[in-house]
Amino acid sequence: MPANRFNGYTEYGVGIGLRIPHYRHILQEKPVVDWFEIISENYMVDGGRPLTVLDQILEQYRVVQHGVSMYFGSAEPLNREHLKRLKQLVRRTGTPWLSDHLCWGSVDGRYTHDLLPMPYTFEAAQWTAEKIRQVQDFVEVPVAVENVSSYAEYHVSEMTEWEFLNEVVERADCGILLDVNNIYVSSQNHSFDARTYVDAVPAERVAQIHIAGHSKFEKYILDTHDHPVLDPVWALYARAIERCGPTATLLEWDDNIPTFDEVHAEALKANRYLLQAAPEQVELEAVR
Amino acid sequence: MRPSLAELQRHVAAAVMQPLTQRETMRQRNASGISNAETAAQWIKPNDRLSSFERLEIYNRQYWFRVFASFEEDFPGLQAVLGRRRFQALMRAYLEANPSTSFSLRNLGRNLEAWTRTNLQFVEPYAALALDMLRLEWAHIESFDMAAVPSLQPEALGEVDEATRIGLQPHVMLLALQHDVDNALIALQRDAGSSNSSVNNAASARVVRRVRSLSGVQQQELFLAVHRWQDTVYYKRITREDFQLLRAIRGGSTLMESIEAAFAGSTLQDEARAAYLQSAFQHWMAMGWLCPAQEAAC
Repeated sequence: MPANRFNGYTEYGVGIGLRIPHYRHILQEKPVVDWFEIISENYMVDGGRPLTVLDQILEQYRVVQHGVSMYFGSAEPLNREHLKRLKQLVRRTGTPWLSDHLCWGSVDGRYTHDLLPMPYTFEAAQWTAEKIRQVQDFVEVPVAVENVSSYAEYHVSEMTEWEFLNEVVERADCGILLDVNNIYVSSQNHSFDARTYVDAVPAERVAQIHIAGHSKFEKYILDTHDHPVLDPVWALYARAIERCGPTATLLEWDDNIPTFDEVHAEALKANRYLLQAAPEQVELEAVR
Repeated sequence: MRPSLAELQRHVAAAVMQPLTQRETMRQRNASGISNAETAAQWIKPNDRLSSFERLEIYNRQYWFRVFASFEEDFPGLQAVLGRRRFQALMRAYLEANPSTSFSLRNLGRNLEAWTRTNLQFVEPYAALALDMLRLEWAHIESFDMAAVPSLQPEALGEVDEATRIGLQPHVMLLALQHDVDNALIALQRDAGSSNSSVNNAASARVVRRVRSLSGVQQQELFLAVHRWQDTVYYKRITREDFQLLRAIRGGSTLMESIEAAFAGSTLQDEARAAYLQSAFQHWMAMGWLCPAQEAAC
């Protein structure tokens, strides 16, 4: 199950997000890490240190691209310049799949740089799926869409978030980057059962899983990526692995970033669950 | 009738991108005087803990926290020139007038110089110094990640004549300034390009940065080449002749035209000019600044 057409038939283990504060440590110490996820937009430049570091990382590690501003759900055409640069980067990294969010964030060419929640309507699903297909056709690697954390819901929605996700990925015939932290955050903000969401996702389309920490406020939870993964999220992760098998897993840590070793140690906790799902395979990965 | 996806997004984006109050909360009314509570209620469901307004306000605050953080990270020198209060006023006015039109936050400040020149009230009484500083900071951002194309090879010089056009590396930025802001900015410890680092997390609160103070900035005519060497951005002081020559090369002039431009208004003695040109071109070749014209145009 984990190696599927949505992740380029790969069997990746536990990875971590490549972040600037860790560059020096990674390049000097060359720690054993199964793979790194990069934020595509940070390397869609013409030259300089970002690309130099990326090339050095690519000499040693496998890299998967994750985007934050394709905005599949924005009701405007795709940005051709963005697509062109994304494809150049895909060629550079050899990413077996790439991901971005099931959200919108730009209107009339103006960017919010945020991951705004979709209205869960059939019109939006159709539009979004068409744009995902266009991206997939253009970049020529499988695309996985990630469910976002949200703090608002719309009156116009005609279905649940997981129904919308399923509607989009079926229409687009694309993969899913299942973010179990985002499911937990949204479940608390919108009072739904997170496990119902995880159970509703088509397991055969899950290309990758995200885990992360969040921050709890008096009336809502924010997806801050500045903490270790909390127990309810690990529980959802366990359930996702139970359903999907040992799937490529990535820890996101984007704020108050601790040392590389701390981040890596937190990510490797995922192996507890991956080992239960396929002990032999995960042990082999660990040895390698 | 059900609103279209585009209609919903226009309304919500307008609410999300509207300016915050001084206390960094969502305004009660938008610029047209329409109640934000009514707008929010029209589109957003309330829940048992938050009203529609409060839910929309989360996104309104996140939007501004994100662009403020990026802008402040990109222009610490300008902040040091203006001080916190003036800088905050300028930043809010600029970002309201210039929302991001790029998929990357790296480009957030690309209209700042032009906008500031038509809105000098935000930088008075330090307009000249502020403009020098923000131009240097933007040049730094550009130089950090602009392309480095194949340099002109020494053997190519054998084929050069007066009508030849050569190019200048895209990462070399040329500045004519009125203050020695280079050392001041170095003192503020710039060691990266733009804050462009895109992320996909929410900020729990607005980051408050320490405003550094500038000291010892002198008014003087200064020509700079902001360039990249081994992935580090440097500010190299150059002569007026260097600046005029390199600017002409960048502008697509022939070598003869560029050399004429170099010496326009120059006080360099005629007999010293040949030696100057030889030395200058030798140095720029060694730095890899010169490139075939077609490469620079790519």
